[in-house]
Amino acid sequence: MKSPFATALAVIVGLIVLAGFFIPLEVVPAGGLADTLLSVRTLVLDWAGILLAFATLVGVFGLVSAHLRRMRARRNPDRYSILLIIFFIGTVLYGLYAYTVGQDTARFLQIVNAVQIPVEASLMAVLAVVLTLASVRLFQRRRGIIPVVFVLSALLFLLMNSGLLASLSGVPGLGSFLGWLQILPAAGGRGILLGVALGSIMAGLRILFGAERPYSG
Amino acid sequence: MNLLASLSEPVLGLVLALLAAGLMFTFSIPAVRKRARVLFRPMRPMQRLRRAIGLSVEDGSRLHVSIGQSSIASPNSASALVGLNTIERVGMLSSASDRPPVATSGDGTLAILSQDSLRSAYRVSSLPEQYDPIQARLTGPTPFSYVAGALPVIHDERVSTNVLVGHFGPEAALLTDAAEQEDAFTLAASDSLAAQAALYAAAQEPLIGEELFAIPAYLQAGPVHQAGLRAQDVLRWVVIAALIVGSIGVLLFGGL
Repeated sequence: MKSPFATALAVIVGLIVLAGFFIPLEVVPAGGLADTLLSVRTLVLDWAGILLAFATLVGVFGLVSAHLRRMRARRNPDRYSILLIIFFIGTVLYGLYAYTVGQDTARFLQIVNAVQIPVEASLMAVLAVVLTLASVRLFQRRRGIIPVVFVLSALLFLLMNSGLLASLSGVPGLGSFLGWLQILPAAGGRGILLGVALGSIMAGLRILFGAERPYSG
Repeated sequence: MNLLASLSEPVLGLVLALLAAGLMFTFSIPAVRKRARVLFRPMRPMQRLRRAIGLSVEDGSRLHVSIGQSSIASPNSASALVGLNTIERVGMLSSASDRPPVATSGDGTLAILSQDSLRSAYRVSSLPEQYDPIQARLTGPTPFSYVAGALPVIHDERVSTNVLVGHFGPEAALLTDAAEQEDAFTLAASDSLAAQAALYAAAQEPLIGEELFAIPAYLQAGPVHQAGLRAQDVLRWVVIAALIVGSIGVLLFGGL
């Protein structure tokens, strides 16, 4: 049973925040009801910001406790989790020191980035290989004209965005055709995004009416 | 003129929100629902997902729902809300399984809410003792750390079905590739265009565009979701009509 108090509170706060978006600041008279509504909205959003920061902290502690449990598992304990815990504790301690006693945040960030950026870059490289292979496997997985169009357009736009066709932009007719091709993905993307926006409105309204409650209270 | 311009956007937004709310409310009324029965078009990915959920319950393997990395306060949070609803539905549908489903996310708020969704699913299924908060976890706060943290879940936790629903980047293809290696079923849906392109190539069953928002209705989350889907269909035609009328207006009368 979801708490009716939590639902009512969520609906009221949601309505206040939504109403704040529909009231243009330029037409709000000082001291009126709309002004109060906007002040409440700002306050609620500030609180949300603080709560989000604490939620991240809770999430990180959840991540650490999951790895502690995997590390201590009787069957197949995860040895890599030990590394995660060690480096997590090391990063937290050094971060606390750098931001308080040492006052050397630049050095701290430099060390963190020196580890994080190469790791993420190598994952990006793996992703490039994975996507290339996936494009090849696409023909095995899906039949029809759409996969062919997908792969051909991916190749065409790779070629266009690489700059290899830049010299052709001066050719009469061809240049304007290439320009027209460049705006084609934006047109298609806009169609998809309109659908996503409508879906987002409906999802938001379900929360606002209390019909969907991703919280138990 | 400036005042008019500043008013037009909020007024349009308000009209659209009220129209959407009115349509959803109308389609939720039992008499209207009875008169015009909802006929969903068959969606192969959703049929395969329901089958995969059933099979995973039978063979005692695990379901993995990954709901992306958008914060609940960001403009992309709607897809995460669908993800949370999917967690709850999947939790209910697989409550009889020996291995409980696992949920991963890339944001602290989503991790907390996914724990709540799973707990709610077990409570509704009268199995509250089966809930374990570790089943819903944050795997990493940045896009790549989130994916890197979710990969061991797919590889090591005997997962046979993966549902990726939420805001991802193209890096989500690494998750679908891992699922492919484990011979597991993957349904993937995102609100991000880059992720949709990557997942179309890499996932077994991708959902494109607003199909993402149909997932709860196809998992029989309730009449409100079905009403929302029908309202969405009507609104789509309203937007199409507005675009056509607007284009004709601009052609005939120039810029407004």
